[in-house]
Amino acid sequence: MSAPKPQELLKVSHRPPRTGWMDTPVEFRKGTWCYPGKPKSLEVLDLPFPRQWSPEDEDWKLPPNWKEIVLEGLRERLHRFRSLQIFMDACVRCGACADKCHFFIGSGDPKNMPVLRAELLRSVYRREFTTAGKLLGRMVGARDLDERVLKEWFYYFFQCTECRRCSVFCPFGIDTAEITIIARELLNLLGLNIDWIATPIANCYRTGNHLGLLPHAFKDMVDFCVDEIQNVTGVGIEPTFNRKGAEILFVAPSGDVFADPGIYTFMGYLMLFHAIGLDYTLSTYASEGGNFGLFTSHEVMKRLNAKIYAEAKRLGVKWIIGGECGHMWRVLHQYMDTMNGPADSLEEPVSPITGTKFENARSTRMVHICEFTADLIRHGKLKLDPSRNDHLVVTFHDSCNPSRAMGLLDEPRYIIRNVCRHFYDMPENTIREYTFCCGSGAGLGPDENLEMRLRGGLPRANAVKYVREKYGVNTLACICAIDRAALPPLMDYWVPGVGVAGVHELVGNALILPDEGERTTDLRGNPLPQPAGAGAGNGDPGGAGAAPRREA
Amino acid sequence: MPEIEYKDKKIEVDEDGFIQDPDLWNNDLAEFLARMEGIENMTEDHWKVVNFLRNYYLEFGIAPMIRKLCKETGFTLKYIYELFPSGPAKGACKIAGLPKPTGCV
Repeated sequence: MSAPKPQELLKVSHRPPRTGWMDTPVEFRKGTWCYPGKPKSLEVLDLPFPRQWSPEDEDWKLPPNWKEIVLEGLRERLHRFRSLQIFMDACVRCGACADKCHFFIGSGDPKNMPVLRAELLRSVYRREFTTAGKLLGRMVGARDLDERVLKEWFYYFFQCTECRRCSVFCPFGIDTAEITIIARELLNLLGLNIDWIATPIANCYRTGNHLGLLPHAFKDMVDFCVDEIQNVTGVGIEPTFNRKGAEILFVAPSGDVFADPGIYTFMGYLMLFHAIGLDYTLSTYASEGGNFGLFTSHEVMKRLNAKIYAEAKRLGVKWIIGGECGHMWRVLHQYMDTMNGPADSLEEPVSPITGTKFENARSTRMVHICEFTADLIRHGKLKLDPSRNDHLVVTFHDSCNPSRAMGLLDEPRYIIRNVCRHFYDMPENTIREYTFCCGSGAGLGPDENLEMRLRGGLPRANAVKYVREKYGVNTLACICAIDRAALPPLMDYWVPGVGVAGVHELVGNALILPDEGERTTDLRGNPLPQPAGAGAGNGDPGGAGAAPRREA
Repeated sequence: MPEIEYKDKKIEVDEDGFIQDPDLWNNDLAEFLARMEGIENMTEDHWKVVNFLRNYYLEFGIAPMIRKLCKETGFTLKYIYELFPSGPAKGACKIAGLPKPTGCV
């Protein structure tokens, strides 16, 4: 899938269509939507109405009583989720959210304003569930549910990454991601999912991870990382798999085991655990931190999340460390507790190295690796040589979910400042809780959706461009596997010369292992920077260290 | 489901042209798929990549990590892109008859 040139994509028109929003039909333009879920993937999870269909077809092969199913589904959910009822009623359409959405900024499509995206559902709610809407219809912004409306839902609710930036600005605290979550649930009642979600959840249910890695494949990939670590450091590391009686279970996103550049982050995790002698195990069954169930329905999310806890219980570990995954932490932090918790079979997490009690994880018993590592550094338990990252001028992308859904804002920065000597934040309205999405979250990462991803990623890229021009930034650090997949093409397109790295890759570079040999390269095999005066190292042009360094 | 015509047979492929039944794969079909990717002549180096992918897939049920592919074939990623302009995943894996990977990749 080729995208238009950047100069073309930058011509964003914010002039609304001539027709009113209710009278402007959705157009499925190539490059701006994702392929539908494959029937065999829906079947794995017994999801309703698996079939071959395409958004481009006139006939979506809907069941005859589809309208009834959706309205009954909405009724049920209004009853189950008081928040939804409030979100449907409370909006005064003030517009504070309108220009906060990365997709609206990058596309100019008014239906990407969070207020109007929500209105696509709210208008049907009004018609069916409010007296004013039943009596006055269109006059009060109510409309009937018909196929045109349903198609519009599919297009625009799979054009929201559930990043919740708009919610930060809503004076009523309306969580637009929850509206998208419900709308996607309603679509799923009719078998209308996208394949980039449907196949990963089917894989996860079958094999334990989104990629469908079988136990021996998972092990082969971890072994490869172990070999690479040995090549770089001379240190042999022996991680264990499915080991009963380990103190800690470690769960990473499977993207970190399989894909560039996530594997370097995975090497960083393994090196860290080796350096402190942690008693931990990996699992080939709970081999996925991510949970694309969040993008499908509460039920699927619960089923996939349960697996991590079932495995923790089976292995008899005391608690769990989770890797650099984004939406995993929304599930853990905001749902797990009441969904599958409290995790009574586990113990309240205490760092065996520092004795720190992670009281924030008292109920879920799962600690974010950045919290764990920041605590180690704080207690002086790691030997670090940050000069090994001197070829990298780093900025940090707050991944949407760890920042906005769990408040993990300072730990990653604290770690980076200790393992790198050149760190510069992007402008303050684009980081921390105001962070801009990568544009590919919530399952919207496939290549056929590339144009929309590049549009949605424009605000983030623009902020990176700012620090690149001002400080010579050449590395965008992040703590999410979707970011590690989505940001490299985004950077290549908008800000060439900026590489993408997980925070624990930077840790791995700086970390001095007890028995290591002399290091000549970083984890990617790029030569380490020479001490001042000896000339800068010349990195692999595809690597993160490609750009010339500029001192602050 | 889209189909491609191959030797008077119809073969199911996904939207991006990945064959759906990996058992149908053989060297001749690989050459046919390569031509659809704009590769007129499968050289020894092309086959080295394709055969490695194929064998890894048969053993492990998934494509290998890209870094492993480079290491095992001895080719740089840049050279693999020269061989397969649409890349190791979209190009080489498709010719080797592997399914398209999905998830955080």
